[in-house]
Amino acid sequence: MSDAVLLAPPRPNALRRMARRNSTTAFLLTLPLILLILGLVVYPFCYAVYLSTLNKRQTRFIGWDNFSFLLGRETFWDVVFQSVLFAVTAVLLKAAIGFILAHVLHALPAKGQRKWRGMLLVPWVIPPAISTLAWWWLFDPSYSAFNWALMGFGVDPVPWLGATGWARFSVILVNVWYGSPFFMIMYLAALKSVPDQLYEASAIDGASGWQKLRFVTFPMMRNIISITVLFSLIVTFANFDIVRILTNGGPQDSTHVFATYAFQVGIQSGDIPLGASVSLFMFPLLAVFAIFTLRGVNKRTKEMA
Amino acid sequence: MEGNGITRRSVLRAGAAGMAASALPLVNVHGQTSGGKLALGLWDHWVPAGNDAMRRIVMDWGQKNRVDIQLDFITSVGNKNLLTIAAESQAKQGHDVLSFPTWEIHAQSELLEPMDDVMGRLAQKYGALNPIVEYLAKVEGKWRAVPAVSGSQNKPSLGRIDLLKQHGGIDVQAMYPANDTAGSAADDWTWDTFLKAAEGCHKAGVPFGLPLGNFPDANDWVGSLFRSFGAELVNAKGEITAKSDGVRAVLAYAQKLCQFLPNDVFYWDDASNNRALISGKSALIFNPPSAWAVAKRDAPQVAEQCWSFPAPAGVAGRFTPYLPYFWGAWSFSRNKGAAKALVEYLSEREQAQAMVTASNGYDIPPFASMTDFDAWAKEGPPTGVVYNYPVRPHHKAEQFIADYPAPPAVAVQMYNQGIQAKMIARVVQNKEPVDRAIAWVTRELEGFQRG
Repeated sequence: MSDAVLLAPPRPNALRRMARRNSTTAFLLTLPLILLILGLVVYPFCYAVYLSTLNKRQTRFIGWDNFSFLLGRETFWDVVFQSVLFAVTAVLLKAAIGFILAHVLHALPAKGQRKWRGMLLVPWVIPPAISTLAWWWLFDPSYSAFNWALMGFGVDPVPWLGATGWARFSVILVNVWYGSPFFMIMYLAALKSVPDQLYEASAIDGASGWQKLRFVTFPMMRNIISITVLFSLIVTFANFDIVRILTNGGPQDSTHVFATYAFQVGIQSGDIPLGASVSLFMFPLLAVFAIFTLRGVNKRTKEMA
Repeated sequence: MEGNGITRRSVLRAGAAGMAASALPLVNVHGQTSGGKLALGLWDHWVPAGNDAMRRIVMDWGQKNRVDIQLDFITSVGNKNLLTIAAESQAKQGHDVLSFPTWEIHAQSELLEPMDDVMGRLAQKYGALNPIVEYLAKVEGKWRAVPAVSGSQNKPSLGRIDLLKQHGGIDVQAMYPANDTAGSAADDWTWDTFLKAAEGCHKAGVPFGLPLGNFPDANDWVGSLFRSFGAELVNAKGEITAKSDGVRAVLAYAQKLCQFLPNDVFYWDDASNNRALISGKSALIFNPPSAWAVAKRDAPQVAEQCWSFPAPAGVAGRFTPYLPYFWGAWSFSRNKGAAKALVEYLSEREQAQAMVTASNGYDIPPFASMTDFDAWAKEGPPTGVVYNYPVRPHHKAEQFIADYPAPPAVAVQMYNQGIQAKMIARVVQNKEPVDRAIAWVTRELEGFQRG
């Protein structure tokens, strides 16, 4: 009897049946990532939403009161204006500079291209907290290296971080310096994937350089442009380190962005619910922007397929 | 059979004796503390020797009391200590004892173990405390933390003896010598005298280094300036009192003073004033002795000419900027008994003296009776440079935290958003009329009163 049992062919058990199904395997393989996202993105987000509905001492549910309070504050509207100015200007400049650099690199002979590509990526690979400190030394109120150089030419020192306009310019400049290589490398990859036949065909049709850019390069890069702009806009809106290190939100709160203001209100001033509300303020707008952008990308991908 | 000379009976007897011997100290320790483990997150001292002294004191106590100590030094650079406090208060776990910066006790009061018993015994031994620590750590009649020695600092004037004599017309050593008497000129050490000295030093190219950005060094000296003019933005009841003659007078004074300061003070941070003094570019700053200590290492010729002395007086009195730290135990700590015993031990005179000595006089104990340590008299060069760093009776001064006496929940926002320095910036940088700056601050303060 026992021999008969041992010799019998093994029955496929439930686990094996499950493993054979592709969808189950796929789910199991992605499970670690799903858990990471749940733990590090979904849970903190939900917790932030929960915090934003509490009163200052976190003892009472107050619904939307934190948001309505913020809408009535003059300083908060300044922060909204500055965040939009900072993010939109920086992203547009990063996209434009990245686009130009990608074209310049693409036009270089393959032999020297790697060297230039490596050098141009340097700002992006240095941790921003470190590189921003270096920028701070260049902008330093009393010992600015830039001002020292300017004075050598007989030009008056510039209050890089002390006057509203210059301080805004400085934080945007550092963000553009840091972020342009990301756009450059993405656009370079996109440029390399545009089939040469398209340019050849347009050349036969007598297209000028501008027309090739307008009717070949742009349409072929539209998806990557949309995705990089979306991604960068979200990251730039959430920027913290550059403003925190360079200006601490000053002078007179004129360079605060959402993250630095949320930190000042939430952590430094002991009002965590209000800080959470500040940090969540842009979420609905960015979410809608992301939905429309990604929908456009999907649509174009289907059309191309 | 040849035995080894040890009988079963002797082993049992030795075992019983050993167990009894090891249990006895435990019983004793349990009588004083709770033994077990204690996790500490203490402030990472600016002065490296400060951490070593603290580690030695804490570890000795742990060994004597059979408490297993886990000691972390948490830096205030980048507000890492604030982030740790926020994270532990949300998670309701972490260290047993933390060092809390100035404003954190009220913010976390509901999660902090009352310390009335510890404070009662300390006050009985060492006498009165300054009212500022009571304002910051006593919530609804209960002490929620113990004012710490380590990290607590004053920010009196720290000036250059030579430059102030030569260009400012004041002899700071004669005015406040390194003993318990004040010179005849001390009564004239007012904000008016300060203004004249600032003008002289500005003309000589060594202007006073007074920051006016949104950083603690700026908030502290500006807070004392406002207070000595009687300029209170919010009173103890929480009422907005910004529309007052005192506020107008202090803003008018600040306009005059700013003419003699470097143009870039509006974006100076906490290091800018130190650099100005150490590099020899400035004749006076408001700071603890850390700037002098760095000068002693990097620019000895500057350090030899430095002298600490009280802040100037105004119509409402003389107020020395003060920024205390606190030691508190979380209510979710599993070892509250040991936590309290250690905090009490750290606050005792012997330990306080050891910390003050190790920190080159930087740390300021909360008890007036502890301002007689010889570290302040001996430090130099010049000898006695920090003698007047602690507030002493002959200074006729009070320790002061900016925005006092506003309710702490409001004051913390006023402080961290640098509301007083911003008023000055509006009037001086933006050239706004004083009344418009007052109207602006009134709107801001209304927002801070949100419950």
